[in-house]
Amino acid sequence: MLLEHNCAIEMRGITKRFGQVVANDSIDMRINRGEILALLGENGSGKTTLMNMLSGIYQPDEGEIYKDGERIFIRSPREAYGYGIGMIHQHYKLIEVFTAAQNIVLGLDDEKMDLRRTNEKVMEICSRYGFEVDPSRKVYDMSVSQKQTIEIIKVLYRGADILVLDEPTAVLTPQETQKLFKVLLNMKADGKAIVIITHKLHEVMEVSDKVAVLRKGKYIGTVNTSETDPQALTDMMVGHAVTLNIERPRYPEPKRKLVVENLTCVDNEGVRKLDRVSFEANTGEILGVAGISGSGQKELLEAITGLYPVKEGSIRFVRDDGSEAELVGMTPRRIRETGVGMAFVPEDRLGMGLVGSMGMTGNMMLRSWRNGRGAFLRKKEPEDLANGIWKELDVVTPSITYPVRRLSGGNVQKVLVGREIAGNPQVLMTAYAVRGLDINTSYTIYNLLTEQKMKGVAVLYVGEDLDVLIELADRILVLCGGQVAGCVDARSVTKEEIGLMMTQFNAKGAE
Amino acid sequence: MTTIITLITAAVTFGTVLMYGTLGEILTEKSGNLNLGVEGIMYMGGAFGLAGAFYYEKAAGAAVSGPLAIIIAIAAAFAAGMAASAIYSFITVTLRANQNVTGLALSIFGTGIGQFVGEFMRVSEGGYVALSNDLKGVFSAQVFPKFLVDIPVIGSILFSHTIFFYLAIAVAVLMYLFLAKTRYGMYLTAVGESPSTSDAAGINITKYKYLATVIGGGISAIGGMVYIMTTAGCVWNHEGLSGVGWLAVALVIFCMWRPLNAIWGSVLFGAMMIMYLRVSIPFIPTEIYKILPYIVTVIVLILTSMRNSRDRQPPASLGLNYFREER
Ligand SMILES: Nc1ncnc2c1ncn2[C@@H]1O[C@H](COP(=O)(O)OP(=O)(O)O)[C@@H](O)[C@H]1O
Ligand SMILES: [Mg+2]
Repeated sequence: MLLEHNCAIEMRGITKRFGQVVANDSIDMRINRGEILALLGENGSGKTTLMNMLSGIYQPDEGEIYKDGERIFIRSPREAYGYGIGMIHQHYKLIEVFTAAQNIVLGLDDEKMDLRRTNEKVMEICSRYGFEVDPSRKVYDMSVSQKQTIEIIKVLYRGADILVLDEPTAVLTPQETQKLFKVLLNMKADGKAIVIITHKLHEVMEVSDKVAVLRKGKYIGTVNTSETDPQALTDMMVGHAVTLNIERPRYPEPKRKLVVENLTCVDNEGVRKLDRVSFEANTGEILGVAGISGSGQKELLEAITGLYPVKEGSIRFVRDDGSEAELVGMTPRRIRETGVGMAFVPEDRLGMGLVGSMGMTGNMMLRSWRNGRGAFLRKKEPEDLANGIWKELDVVTPSITYPVRRLSGGNVQKVLVGREIAGNPQVLMTAYAVRGLDINTSYTIYNLLTEQKMKGVAVLYVGEDLDVLIELADRILVLCGGQVAGCVDARSVTKEEIGLMMTQFNAKGAE
Repeated sequence: MTTIITLITAAVTFGTVLMYGTLGEILTEKSGNLNLGVEGIMYMGGAFGLAGAFYYEKAAGAAVSGPLAIIIAIAAAFAAGMAASAIYSFITVTLRANQNVTGLALSIFGTGIGQFVGEFMRVSEGGYVALSNDLKGVFSAQVFPKFLVDIPVIGSILFSHTIFFYLAIAVAVLMYLFLAKTRYGMYLTAVGESPSTSDAAGINITKYKYLATVIGGGISAIGGMVYIMTTAGCVWNHEGLSGVGWLAVALVIFCMWRPLNAIWGSVLFGAMMIMYLRVSIPFIPTEIYKILPYIVTVIVLILTSMRNSRDRQPPASLGLNYFREER
């Protein structure tokens, strides 16, 4: 069984280090033709790094790569294409101002710039695998899933027969994911070798033939999907079983904390992003916010924090003594000075949340610099705080001064959440707090939020995974096209009911 | 009427200088390299261009050929600009140093070298370095036949300029065709937009960055030479050249990184720069005129950012260095 004739790529003893971080530790792995291999592992376990060595982005420090039994050296992405290896990166590599067709032929020297022939060839690939694209469309006009399609076509156009997809489903809707899987199955039937990086277990079970698991840079093993189950995979991935139940205690006496009434927000183009949204958030409660992406979740949180202009309506913060403070029209700074304790964990962690080139300490100071006396920074407190978060949340970083940009997604999120919680907020808002995080880190975040809730904090949790919302939240506010489709008790509602509410206004909501 | 025509011809003369500076910098910036050393590069182009022509005439004596003198001046300036930008490329692309700092340093370095060469020639030649009057005439000669130049109005506006103006237009058109119609132009644009994407697509980033920057530097340097050999009358004159490189950098923004815009843009900027000589309005200090181009650039920046057009933006990676293993 070991020396299969359909083995396309074999990696032996691959090691890759970044400074002190050992991203891949002597990994042996093989990729077969006509198979979909799922590469599974927690955040920061080295999946992307390993595959980047196949696509020529990184060079291994140690180890050998064989293709069809012959040793090869992949020194650049160009050479990778030469070996038929194509990678669809997590962050798409497309030129925004170019058309789809231009992006597809980019870098192909030996081909005439013949747009008609390109289009024909693109169309042929499309019909063969079931894509839909408009070759003359500019990339900046495309949706995420269309961009991904272009990436895949780009790789196929170059004749790749070994395809690596890095977390391709992270940004897709369930329907788009299904479409992608169909394409992958077509390619598999075509004899291509496919690697899909993901940490969504149900997807692994659904689409893959084999699963290779990495843990903390080490190769744990490969199993046949048909002979395993999510529990076993989780065990391999995290090294110990994770209970799949999220704990949800009840807070004794919830009180109103945040009142939103008839909130309406309009964007630059005059589109109503929020339309007469009203709800209340209570202390000791996690209020889940559900909705298909772009239904106004982002605008809602930003309006509450004072970052998004409000056209009409009112947002009131209820103080402990029962008096209310109107937040509409205040800047974030003013809101803080008024003694309204709000914390916000934004979707865009490294853009809005943290400064990537600074270490943990520096990022802690962003929140507290105003406390310093005079012109000098007081480093002691932020340092203590950074050290505390480092230990308590188990952040994987060489030191508290190591640039957070270099940490993996889960660790970045821990730093951000840790900092926000440290300010003892009364309202805690999170947007897609576990997006791109592995199971273990996700649970850490769930537990942190629940802990905050039990301290009497009003938590707003904008999420995309309905299963999690139903298990984590106390109530769920469903948004659809900027309107409130309903607010339901999470303990009694079903996934189907929420799904229905998420789409019910669609006809009039989203034009 | 005649005032306007003289204004336009004078604007074209100064605009030609700017056009080279700008076109070179457009090519450079298309690769994502923000070379702020244009000022220094143009100084070097001026000094070495003059030196090339001067020493050629000295060596050839009576047998001096006008066209060859022009070619030598262009080649000398081009080579000087290439050398300066090669240093810039090495420091930013290979050693990955900060582009702004390197560009500013190159500005200082280039003006210094230009001054040095200019002064060195003066001292070593014992006083005054100038071409013979005949050769001077060659550099500022009109290229079109007299009957074309003599056409009223149109003649002086379109046909009365030196070879350098028409050459600059040719460079602009060629650069436009290169960027818009050829595969290599498309790759260069891709490199400037997103080096990591281009790299993953198999484009040799280093090659494109080096070539665009070095050739761009060469083109910019010709501008300095043109100034010295036409406006300054083939005499080393650093004062007139000072600030021209910075104006070219502003003009690149004004042109929205499009070579064809550089043709009319540089004439417009040229007009604004010389206006104080021709149209003097009492009580308005000449300095006010001189900041006009910068004000216009700022206005253009504001307008384009307000229109928020995705196609009219600087190259997305402008000013950023690329290192494959960095994320
Ligand atoms: N370019 C890089 N520079 C420094 N460290 C890196 C780089 N790429 C990855 N790492 C580190 O290597 C480890 C593995 O990262 P990665 O391969 O991205 O994990 P995964 O894709 O499994 O989430 C992480 O600890 C990450 O911080
Ligand atoms: Mg990854």
